[in-house]
Amino acid sequence: MTALLSVEKLEARHGLLHAVRDVSLEVAEGETVAIVGANGAGKTTLLRSIAGAHRPSGGRVVFAGEDVTRMPAHRRVKRGIALVPEGRRLFPELTVEENLRVAAGVRRPGRWDVDAVLEVFPLLEPLREKRAASLSGGEQQATAIGRALMSNPRLLLLDEVSLGLAPVVVDAVYRSLATLLESGATVLLVEQDLSRALGVADRVVCMLEGRFVLVGTPAELTREQVMEAYFGLRRSAA
Amino acid sequence: MTWVNAVVHGILLGGLYALLATGLSLMFGVMRIINLAHGSLALLGAYMAFLLVEHAHISAYLALVPVLPGALVVGYVLQRTVLERSLRSGMLVPLLTTFGLLIVIGNLLQEFFSPDVHSLDPGAIGPAAWRITSRLSIPAFDALILGIAILVLFLLQLVLTRTQIGRELRATAADPDAAELVGVDSRAVYARATAIAVATAALAGVFFAMRSTFDPTSGPTQLIYAFEAVVIGGMGSLWGTLAGGIVLGVAQTVGAQIDPQYFALAGHVVFLAVLVVRTAVESGGLRVRLRGATT
Repeated sequence: MTALLSVEKLEARHGLLHAVRDVSLEVAEGETVAIVGANGAGKTTLLRSIAGAHRPSGGRVVFAGEDVTRMPAHRRVKRGIALVPEGRRLFPELTVEENLRVAAGVRRPGRWDVDAVLEVFPLLEPLREKRAASLSGGEQQATAIGRALMSNPRLLLLDEVSLGLAPVVVDAVYRSLATLLESGATVLLVEQDLSRALGVADRVVCMLEGRFVLVGTPAELTREQVMEAYFGLRRSAA
Repeated sequence: MTWVNAVVHGILLGGLYALLATGLSLMFGVMRIINLAHGSLALLGAYMAFLLVEHAHISAYLALVPVLPGALVVGYVLQRTVLERSLRSGMLVPLLTTFGLLIVIGNLLQEFFSPDVHSLDPGAIGPAAWRITSRLSIPAFDALILGIAILVLFLLQLVLTRTQIGRELRATAADPDAAELVGVDSRAVYARATAIAVATAALAGVFFAMRSTFDPTSGPTQLIYAFEAVVIGGMGSLWGTLAGGIVLGVAQTVGAQIDPQYFALAGHVVFLAVLVVRTAVESGGLRVRLRGATT
């Protein structure tokens, strides 16, 4: 089976900071991969490089057989990559419905439209005419995920969807995500919360200082192994 | 009653300023570009209409039919070839670029059309006025311009809120990177915004040329009035632009009523007063958001 997404020896920098180092990753159609790691491990930069929001300094990003490394973000969305960015990045002056509709401009065919999104996130139904800036954190996160779905992506990238949300709200967001995952979506998600990541993913990747230090299925990996990789304990001991 | 007359004339004059300011406001709202060449582009529209009137012998109104689509193309190409590059280099470079453009357009017009003063014929509506009393009259042509300004703002509002192009414009104005991530080609959006801005400038330029005389140096003066209307009305706000234009117009005509010499001065004084008050109220200084600060 060929991978839907394949990242080959990717390098990305923020000025002098070498954020992503020699990272290779394959994600198959229908698979859910979680990337865990401490702050500053390079997870967000990796996702942004895949989405086209960050220009990598080396390596390749191949999506559905096509090299998209130099392709601008909006054209990758047309190809079927959608990112829910860290911090949600809604358009504050636009209503919930307008935020969703902006993303429908790429006109990718598929099951997602405003009604389908509101069905998965019923909490948004009474808010569709509300400005995004007036929503709570959880409502904003639901809108941000819904907005990404509006382009009917083949690959959904989720960056820290639980960050800054109350645990109850995170539960609700993940319940909606579960519906999505069961429908066979291909998802690559960055998550700080280890048990959440292990709960939803088919495969977990642990990043440390820009590199992959541990890869495995939740069944193979023990919490301790992941913790060690997460904090780089094994390396400092060696 | 003469004062009421002055105020009425000021309100109507505000229509022309609002029309001039619309594109300036749009470009600032969407791209944070202060287009110093805006007045010159308006003037360019006036000269194109003048060419058609002189050589094709059509009325100035009919000249709008080819001039407006032409202005759309000029705006689109201008963004794609010149402004897009300068936009990548921070806030100052577009300012310098458009300043350069102002000089280039002014000199080219001088070269091709000579420094002579011209005017376009507004037709029978030009001198017409509704006489309400012996001291209060409403000039029909100024009323027409105000009507067109309101119509343009209304249509623009409709496009911004009801169409996909409008939603993409507003989304890009708020957060260009996030807009890219939902599939919006921000550079195409910018080019569309500039195209619309230059078309409204050309429309304003043609009406300005029908209302008074113009020469190759008229651009910067018109820019100042448009700029003042935008600032008085609140940067980047569409209906604020109409309010700003009207405030400026009324200040000028009321100033001229006190003494004809105070026409321009009164407008500038009101503009400065608004600027000072607003800066003081928003104690953080001018609310010009630097794009770099958000990323």
